[in-house]
Amino acid sequence: MNKKGVKPRADAILLQPIQKTGRSFYLTLFALIAVILWAVAAYLYQYRNGLGVTGLSRPIFWGVYITNFVFFIGISHAGTLISAILRLARAEWRRAITRSAEVITVLVLFFGVGNILIDLGGPDRMLNVLKYPHFTSPLLWDVSSITIYLIASSIYLYLPLIPDIAILRDHAGRYQWFYRILALNWRGTEKQHRLLERGIAFMAILVIPVAVSVHTVVSFVFAMTIQPMWHTAIFGPYFVAGAIFSGIAALIVAMYLIRKVYHLEDYLRPVHFNNLGILLLVMTLLWFYFTFTEYLTTYYGADPIHMAIFWSKFTGRFAPYFWGMFLFCFVIPLPILSFAKTRTPFGTLIASISVIIGMWLERYVIVVPTLTNPRLPNEAVRYFPTWVEWSVFAGCLAFFVLLYMIFTKLFPIVSIWEVREGRKKSMAEVQERIKTYLPGSGVR
Amino acid sequence: MVIDLDKCSGCQACVVACHAENNIAIIGPEQAAMGRTIHWIELLPFVEGEYPYLKARLLPRPCMHCEHPPCIKVCPVGATYANEEGIVGIVYSRCIGCRYCTTACPYTVRYFNWYEPKWPKEMKGSLNRDVSIRRKGVVEKCSFCHHRLLKARERARAENRELLPDDYIPACVQACPGNAMYFGDLNDPFSTVSKLSRERRAFKLLEDLGTEPKVIYLSEGM
Repeated sequence: MNKKGVKPRADAILLQPIQKTGRSFYLTLFALIAVILWAVAAYLYQYRNGLGVTGLSRPIFWGVYITNFVFFIGISHAGTLISAILRLARAEWRRAITRSAEVITVLVLFFGVGNILIDLGGPDRMLNVLKYPHFTSPLLWDVSSITIYLIASSIYLYLPLIPDIAILRDHAGRYQWFYRILALNWRGTEKQHRLLERGIAFMAILVIPVAVSVHTVVSFVFAMTIQPMWHTAIFGPYFVAGAIFSGIAALIVAMYLIRKVYHLEDYLRPVHFNNLGILLLVMTLLWFYFTFTEYLTTYYGADPIHMAIFWSKFTGRFAPYFWGMFLFCFVIPLPILSFAKTRTPFGTLIASISVIIGMWLERYVIVVPTLTNPRLPNEAVRYFPTWVEWSVFAGCLAFFVLLYMIFTKLFPIVSIWEVREGRKKSMAEVQERIKTYLPGSGVR
Repeated sequence: MVIDLDKCSGCQACVVACHAENNIAIIGPEQAAMGRTIHWIELLPFVEGEYPYLKARLLPRPCMHCEHPPCIKVCPVGATYANEEGIVGIVYSRCIGCRYCTTACPYTVRYFNWYEPKWPKEMKGSLNRDVSIRRKGVVEKCSFCHHRLLKARERARAENRELLPDDYIPACVQACPGNAMYFGDLNDPFSTVSKLSRERRAFKLLEDLGTEPKVIYLSEGM
């Protein structure tokens, strides 16, 4: 820390990942790159031969890639949305976790969009979407709202980064020129702080409706068709709730790893996991509510076209996926998250991993069974994803982790200035705020 | 198009004629077992009851060329469209292969080219020059042999006369040995198809969806 005469300061541990890189980092890096290269090879194989190398067929035209698309876009709801809500609610415990959440959003969005592009039969023609846009297609609504979301959440990630970049710039480490450009001449004056606060608050408000629109529109891709068990109004809110659900889970996993690897136990405390755990519990119940409503409506209506799909999920070919989803999304996380005793960092980690697996299954169970049971009689075709699809999926996950790791090596993953500000200002502020809630405390 | 199920024997001559006319790729038994066969027209089996007390019917199923086609709405690049005759067509060179139309079509009449299409050497000479070959990664489906319409129109223009109803019929209609298929202008109230479409036997497939198919069936045994 004492390089070039900068004196050791508080929160030095937050800068450590940027200054020191251990052997385990490089080992992980190479492992991830190996997986990514494998996935690239798999994709090139698909590009050259056609989508025939997947397990898809008629009428199951969509499979793992579309599942991944919905899944990754869902994960992206962790960051920006949760961070924005916590900021606006002035939840003081947010300070150490917002950054790690916002990064997830920005990075994972690329893989959501990427999976759609991977799924195209003519990827060389993807620019046709811009050349000949046809706005009655929900896919184009996706393109628009995801683009806005990506831009907005990138700005929303960047704004609170500026003071921290300035700290790095003044710290005399590597890549000085890089931080100097990104710090935008930040000096930490009153005026700059006021501007920044206003910018963050504005983006926080803007980002919420955009985030809600993104996952609603993703659900519209299915809900706007007249296919059985897709054509339902519940899909919008159901997808948004599911997205936040899997998003919080992803955030908890990311926080747990950051805490372990960079020894940030002091910053990411059990209370953070406890609070996020409660949020995850709420979403678990909400998820159950939506799922229950959806299937009860179908069952009670008993339209034979819908019931064919219903039974294929409950007792038929897709029963293992469906009940697996129920186990991972509800049965496992519910008891863990219900009790304060098990709502520990490790407990919430287990619940979160379970939720992430469950939510991937949920998307699969939405996409494939409907396509397997079309309205008109069809040859009984089964869909099994091939090694190409699994490889590409693994590559997406590895690539996401890689980008996340690199981010933590370039920028502090816990917002330094916000933690400091919390120490300095918020104690008094919160006290004042509480006074305004209560009679007899001297504030009118 | 009107298909009289009383006259249809399920011989599949329409299917064969369509394959020959439209350069439909031959994909081999392995791919076929995976459900990747392309049939612009195919026979749908509707079977009710249990053996031996069966009620079975076969229904030739081309593209319905809906009046309100769900496929056109969802295409993100406008590669599928309805022309002035009401035929739903595809611009193969624009299709990006997202397969949204194939999942949106309630009749599942749309097909995808999973691989580059291939023909045995002996068959290459017999490909139809009027129909373009689809590359891998695009969607295709029945076009009511639209190329025949273009040709017929040109011939009529060359002969300096109006296009007559008999100038243009799709290959399946031409090949049907039982004369079970009729083709013509549904907008003309005096055309054969128009008259048949008003018969009491007339019904449409999945009529309650409101897609208004332009393929009308005459039910059998009445």
